[in-house]
Amino acid sequence: MQRTGAQIVWECLVKEGVETVFGYPGGAILPTYDAMLDYPVRHVLVRHEQGAAHMADGYARASGKVGVAIATSGPGATNLTTGIATAMLDSSPTVFITGQVSSKVLGTDAFQEVDVTGITLPITKHNSLVTEARHVARTIREAFVIARSGRPGPVLVDITKDAQQGKTEFHYPETVYLPGLHEPEPPDAESLARAAELIDKAERPLILAGAGVMRSGASQVLREFAEKTGTPVALTLLGIGGFPQSHPLCLGMMGMHGEAFTNSAIQRADLLLAFGMRFDDRVTGNIKTYALHAKKIHVEIDPSEVGKNVKVDVALVSDLRVALEALTPLVKAKRPEAWIAEIEGGRQETRSRDIIHRDENGRLLAAHVVHDLWQTTGGDSVVVSDVGQHQMWEAQYYKHDDPRTLITSGGLGTMGFALPAAIGVKMARPDAEVWVVAGDGGFQMTQCELATLQQEQLDVKIAIVNNGFLGMVRQWQEFFHDKRYAATPMLSPDFVKLAGAYDVPAYRVSQRGDVVPTVRKARETKGPVLIEFQVEKEDAVYPMVPAGSDLHAMIRRPSEAGEEVRS
Amino acid sequence: MKHTLVAKVMDQPGVLNRVASLFRRRAFNIDSLTVGHTETSEFSRMTIVVDTARVPASIVAANLRKLIPVAEVVDVTHLPTVDRDLALIRVRSSPAGFAELASLVEIFRARIVDVATDSVIVEVTGPEAKVASLVELLRPRGILEMVRTGKVAMVRGSVGEAKPATHEASAA
Repeated sequence: MQRTGAQIVWECLVKEGVETVFGYPGGAILPTYDAMLDYPVRHVLVRHEQGAAHMADGYARASGKVGVAIATSGPGATNLTTGIATAMLDSSPTVFITGQVSSKVLGTDAFQEVDVTGITLPITKHNSLVTEARHVARTIREAFVIARSGRPGPVLVDITKDAQQGKTEFHYPETVYLPGLHEPEPPDAESLARAAELIDKAERPLILAGAGVMRSGASQVLREFAEKTGTPVALTLLGIGGFPQSHPLCLGMMGMHGEAFTNSAIQRADLLLAFGMRFDDRVTGNIKTYALHAKKIHVEIDPSEVGKNVKVDVALVSDLRVALEALTPLVKAKRPEAWIAEIEGGRQETRSRDIIHRDENGRLLAAHVVHDLWQTTGGDSVVVSDVGQHQMWEAQYYKHDDPRTLITSGGLGTMGFALPAAIGVKMARPDAEVWVVAGDGGFQMTQCELATLQQEQLDVKIAIVNNGFLGMVRQWQEFFHDKRYAATPMLSPDFVKLAGAYDVPAYRVSQRGDVVPTVRKARETKGPVLIEFQVEKEDAVYPMVPAGSDLHAMIRRPSEAGEEVRS
Repeated sequence: MKHTLVAKVMDQPGVLNRVASLFRRRAFNIDSLTVGHTETSEFSRMTIVVDTARVPASIVAANLRKLIPVAEVVDVTHLPTVDRDLALIRVRSSPAGFAELASLVEIFRARIVDVATDSVIVEVTGPEAKVASLVELLRPRGILEMVRTGKVAMVRGSVGEAKPATHEASAA
């Protein structure tokens, strides 16, 4: 049957199972928006295209399905780029569709023309420019296949206006011809045997679990492996939720703001099992002194990550779940009691310093806010955090037990991510309780999406941790720049009034005792609620491995007020 | 050290840009890159000589393979290959010297392909080392201009014997 390129866009999206898209119309994408009205796809009108990209990303992270965002040419497309790069760095399966000026004027600097495929080349897994209606179906089909396959990622399809308007015979291509798309293979028997041998011999083994646990759906088999071999599990920021934090073998987050006993265990391990993680510099600290006593087994779907940052002894280049299902039956059941006891000793010592067990002395501390939020929500909500100090406190004090319950920008560290991403999360999982935890700085970057939240009538709760500073940068200035607070003190609007302008109920909390009742009140309210927590201004996230320092050389939590300990 | 990677890539617009962008972004150091048609119109072939002092060839190859239009990458460095570089060298020479120059380059199976009153163009084809030797030999005479294609390579023996570069875990 004859269809316009614009109709084919929607035919394909429906075939791919897309129910929701996030976008913003404009001249070059207008034919596609016109055709949209005839198809059963919900469109969420954003207030800025960056928001659309984060929403598609959040949708994908929460559901595992491909998130889709649409924008027009020129500024519409360039506004997407921060969100595309965010999805790229965190391997989020997303498809971006942008309008482009008519093929007849391509390359002439026409109105709202910009080289979108050129700009997005290094921040997409793949991208394509479509200049004829007859290529729309194949290109969109390929985009979805590529976005999902192997290590997922963003794919952009730039479609000229005349390709949207042109008519062609529509056939949905069930299969695609992509000789360069290499589907992951199961791990080979020889590498599996070598891995099993190292695991059986290890006396101080440690699992490092990353986002690959979520991407491959490996949390159950990870648990079976860890329990069978008695191996403690440390998590990357994006690995949080992949292994229950209530599990006795869970060591929580590792790296720059990981607990001291966790990082210390990495440095003293004799075997590291890196499962779906990529030895990011925030995880390793100084690579030259990283885990020198440990053999390393790397299970990783992306061959280009193996040996990139850390040399490994055995590589299983494979989907993590497939690899663990093959590996678990090969290893001996055991429990390295002495090693676990050693780690537990460190855990007790860390616990004694923990701010949670200390008096707030009348101050409202962000860590206490997150802790109380965790307790009040029963740990069952999906938390979408922004980037900065609050993000680290969230990672430390909200104890996630389930996969895909912490959604946060890890690799790119994109401030402004949380609110729009949470809208995508809520669209993907309408029955989940969704909380935004954001700082005063990041929230202001994309707060315009409060209007989107209301227009779509989505029940998303918002906790703003307001310390009047760009807190993480301030902390670095405090530690490394003699407290010279260049451009970090920040004036914020009256967030309660701001929420009022969007007709969002809002509360301000500045006392510890008000945290739980206000969170309760928010939970009892149907629809969005915003709570501004006015917290201690010059608080720091501890412990901390300064960038590039040895992982074992941490700035510890002060055990008494004012005391700082370097180990 | 130098590694030679042979990549079979889809013959599509922008493929060279994708490869160049990857090398720039990851700070991989290209020594030479040639691209040309192959036995099928669907694919082009790139021969990439890369300096692997900083990043191992296996990582470079793995990154190339991640590009969707790149169908296949083989590291031929340690395989028996026929490899060729072509150079055109404009050398200063008076008409009286042509004959002597012609017999000199003949040793390299090179030939004079253009003659002017004050110079000649020498064409030489061969492994990079051979081309380099001739260049050094001609340099004292005055090289006015030179262009080299960069290396192209093909594995010797029957089709299919070339093994793709595999991931080898290196000992810590």
